[in-house]
Amino acid sequence: MIKYVAGLLSGILLGVFAAATLLYFNPLASRNPLSPLSVSNNEILSVGYSAVPTDSIVYTNNGESRVEPHPDKVRELWEAPIRRSEVLVTVVTDSRNNPAGIGIKFSSDSEKSRIINGEALVDSAWHIHLVERGSLFVEQTENYWNFLRKIVVPAYWSSANHWKGVWNGNMTVGPGALGTAAVTGGTGEFAGLESEAVEAVSASAYSVAQGPVSMEGRLTIDVTGNVELTATDVTER
Amino acid sequence: MLKTLIFGFLLGIVGTVAAAYYVPVVDQYRESSLISVAPNGGNTESFRINIPTDRIMIGAPMQAEPLPPGLRWPSQELFDGVRVELFKVRNTHETVIGVASRMVADSDQIEDSVEWVLHLPARGTFYVTMPAQPTDGVSRVGSLRAGTREFRPMQGALSERWVPNTEDEGPDAPDGHIELATSFVGTFSDDVTETALTEGAL
Repeated sequence: MIKYVAGLLSGILLGVFAAATLLYFNPLASRNPLSPLSVSNNEILSVGYSAVPTDSIVYTNNGESRVEPHPDKVRELWEAPIRRSEVLVTVVTDSRNNPAGIGIKFSSDSEKSRIINGEALVDSAWHIHLVERGSLFVEQTENYWNFLRKIVVPAYWSSANHWKGVWNGNMTVGPGALGTAAVTGGTGEFAGLESEAVEAVSASAYSVAQGPVSMEGRLTIDVTGNVELTATDVTER
Repeated sequence: MLKTLIFGFLLGIVGTVAAAYYVPVVDQYRESSLISVAPNGGNTESFRINIPTDRIMIGAPMQAEPLPPGLRWPSQELFDGVRVELFKVRNTHETVIGVASRMVADSDQIEDSVEWVLHLPARGTFYVTMPAQPTDGVSRVGSLRAGTREFRPMQGALSERWVPNTEDEGPDAPDGHIELATSFVGTFSDDVTETALTEGAL
């Protein structure tokens, strides 16, 4: 009898391990498709930022996460309805990395996340003000599955608790049908704008203790027909 | 014995896949929405921000005491006309339910404005722009520009008003609160209904 119970438990453990391995290495979930905006002839506005919390003006979360809030004494989002959220306030740059405005990114873990589909989803919204130009609101769903697989998990596996390398990926997977974010113009030259955007991340160092050590993000925003591009934007194109 | 091992193996695979499919990875905590139906249609909802306790950040140039302590506002002249604030947002029962940003831009190139983004993790996010000058000297009223999830099919307005604390509630009492009142109405169309159904909003 004991022999059969041991056999059953061993089988279950092997099955769990096999299924977990299959889910983790699922090739169908590791796609990182080309952004539709990168092959577009439309007019594009490029907005960059540092995704390293210590480079930001303010970064806050529930205070228990891997990445610590910045500055140290910023109020934390510890209350139950917001404890799975984080806020980043940062200087955003143009395509030449010159300061261009302020961006605020709200992010919350999405209830639509499904491991079986390779989806570690985050609902996020950008509130961006480009000085002397106007404001934008960008709504998106991001998928951090590949980021977790390629950077965070290898950092934990590393004996130095650190990951170094080159990783580029598009984070945006919706709500647009082609995996694009929805952009709404608010003021200035962006007033009335309804368009699409894609956020991409370029990471080169990650630490288990600190989170991102060297990581930059870039929003590529389609502004066709609504916005007069600046010289910098034109150079980017 | 071998058959038992194989049965366990298959059971382990099926169980893991079923758990990965059915067990939610994220379950956001929800407070009940305190929404009233307006007499002329649509609905209204009030939010409040206690000052100073709910203020997370004031981003503005040349602050003697920055909030949070240690905050370094960019030194470039470019940012002199921009003021950014971050808050925790409460419902009318004084429970924190979200976070919000308020951005004020003072510029020669574009019209001065006040903008709000309210992010309520369990419900969605909405974006409102309003003129810099109060309409009646007390409150500002702006229009809803965009919303996500629950707020996607909505249109309407948001008013902002400062309410000073007139009651003596001890040294820890707030100076007052910012009252944000929404007046939203859903837009009816097949497209909106299909979107809402897809997203589980209806």
